[in-house]
Amino acid sequence: MSFVALRKYAFIFSAVVIIAGVISMSFRGFNFGIDFTGGTLLHLNIRQEFTLEEARSVLQPFGLEAAALQKVGAEGLAEGEKQELLIQTQQLTPAKQDEIFSAFQEKYGLTAADLLRVENVAPVVGGELQRQALIALLLAGLGMIAYITIRFEFRFAVSAIAALLHDVLVMLAFFSIFQIEVNGPFIAAVLTVLGYSINDTIVIYDRVRENLKTRRKEQLADVVDNSIRQSLVRTINTSVTTLIVVGTILIFGGITLFPFMLALLVGVFFGTYSSVFVASPLWLAWRERDARKHLRVKSA
Amino acid sequence: MKNNRTLLLVLAVVLLLALSAFTVDQAVKNLNLGLDLRGGVYILYQAEETGDAAGGDKIDRAITIIRNRIDALGVANPVIQREGADRIRIDLPGIEDQRAAREVIGRTAMLSFVGPDGENILTGAELRSAGVTMDQFNRPAVSLDFNPEGRAKFAAATEQFLGQIIYIYLDEEVISAPTVESIITDGNAIITGAGTMDEAANLALMLRSGALPVRLVELETRGVGPQLGQDSMNRSVQAGVAGLLLVLLFMLVYYRGFGMVANVSLIVYLALVLGLLTAINATLTLFGIAGLILSVGMAVDANVIIFERIKEELRAGRTMRTSIEAGFQRAFRSILDSNVTTLIAAAVLFSFATGQVRGFAITLSIGILVSMSTAILLTRFLMRQAVRANLFRAPENAGLKGVSK
Repeated sequence: MSFVALRKYAFIFSAVVIIAGVISMSFRGFNFGIDFTGGTLLHLNIRQEFTLEEARSVLQPFGLEAAALQKVGAEGLAEGEKQELLIQTQQLTPAKQDEIFSAFQEKYGLTAADLLRVENVAPVVGGELQRQALIALLLAGLGMIAYITIRFEFRFAVSAIAALLHDVLVMLAFFSIFQIEVNGPFIAAVLTVLGYSINDTIVIYDRVRENLKTRRKEQLADVVDNSIRQSLVRTINTSVTTLIVVGTILIFGGITLFPFMLALLVGVFFGTYSSVFVASPLWLAWRERDARKHLRVKSA
Repeated sequence: MKNNRTLLLVLAVVLLLALSAFTVDQAVKNLNLGLDLRGGVYILYQAEETGDAAGGDKIDRAITIIRNRIDALGVANPVIQREGADRIRIDLPGIEDQRAAREVIGRTAMLSFVGPDGENILTGAELRSAGVTMDQFNRPAVSLDFNPEGRAKFAAATEQFLGQIIYIYLDEEVISAPTVESIITDGNAIITGAGTMDEAANLALMLRSGALPVRLVELETRGVGPQLGQDSMNRSVQAGVAGLLLVLLFMLVYYRGFGMVANVSLIVYLALVLGLLTAINATLTLFGIAGLILSVGMAVDANVIIFERIKEELRAGRTMRTSIEAGFQRAFRSILDSNVTTLIAAAVLFSFATGQVRGFAITLSIGILVSMSTAILLTRFLMRQAVRANLFRAPENAGLKGVSK
């Protein structure tokens, strides 16, 4: 079975994932974190077992009983054993944050050091982040198109960017469908995945470029298929070593890094997939279509 | 002769590894740790106009005042920087009590002098400075120095309220209520009975702080307690060591002798990146460590590309020596093009990243550049030496099975 022959299934699979993602994005949207929406996060070390109901009752006098609460702690602990609390609300003034921490301090006998983490982002900063993220993605895309066009050809560039768009859409779909929090570092994860995926794609393209010169007599589909095959061990090994390190940080890195590493895990996996099943087959489809057009023009 | 070459190679590798260990050790001792690893507070303020002109550059004056407030707190190595036209960014490392720090800096106090009749006399904008001094009985006192407008207003007020009390408000709080003992026309007043030296210093600080020419609004705050910082540090370093060992093991099992060369390159790579980060005085953050670990996974890529090319040459029946030379030559363009495109993404990330992920962008960008260099230069050097020492004879040394030479 050749990779090129598999492209039909791959296109269908990708289309299903992306369409499901787009539906989820338009109806459920994203679980945006405070970096995007603005808001306040308090991470407290309660130092004893507690329930979210208890925590909610502490927040009630502040009119914050609807705040997003989460129990966190070392991995492997059961829900009831976790002794840390994450509170996420709309943006609060520093004075209000103090009052809330004091209320918890009183209830559970905490010290100043038990305020593990405070994050406070004004909505205006969140808006800037969204704008900057879009600019960054556009700039990265344009830069890559320019470089690939110079070193390869325009069709390679566009196919590669289409594969990258695929990766971004799949990451967005994953985070929308499972409603995992999307925060500032998610953008860094997306850009990293773009860098990783384009790297994978270029290594295969390089093979195609080389084989086009040395194997002129072969069918174009065979050239692409052989190029993917020749690069396959490299593609797999590099994604294995990358996924090894992403996996270890995901498991042992703690809660701050978790959503970021999860985004990388999904992205690296699908970035590898797209290099093999999307980028090169797309280029092939385009070349074949152009060739047919050329043929029609000639025979006319 | 052969033995000599082997010995030389072993010596070179031992030397490289020892140098790497030394560099890593130095880097670990000297690297700046970010707030998220050692605990601390980062605050981004938006400076807003308060209406009353104070002259000069208001933001710079505000920064000076904030610096005074922070120095009064006794924080080591604070960073206070202007960002853009009207923003101020503050890093306070190693703070035990995040709340107290934010309170002292963030106090967007407005200082006002109010007469006994409740009329406003003047505001902090007309106060040039305040300091600690001694009164005629050698007791701590606070000296006030007004600007020309303030001088005139203060002279009129002291004349009007002679023998009465003038209240000094910081926002809604009365911080001092001195009795006017004489008419002051030269703009130099003294508040006596200010208590102990510390209390006088504190009052002077509050008076100076109250003269903040702008209103500060917290745009973004990120505070991490020292416990969580330490915890993040331990976890990420553990994850890094585990990840590194797994990658080393994978390369060794899959590429055998070649894998050993790649592993030496990888260790030197890691030491070089850490050394460079120390040399440019970069700050290592939690996301920076994540970027570093990630780059280890990606750094082997160039080696993998080269090794796969060499294996292809070997399968085609070429000798080890020619296979290695051809492998490097043919892999070069692929490595260059793929890394440049990745670098484009990293550069954009680098220029765009702020706060948390900036450290990630730095380690990742340096990682790409260094990994490309070590793979091309160091791996090639070691491979050539190994071939000369006749260590790589059979395709099995490349992890290749069932190929006869």
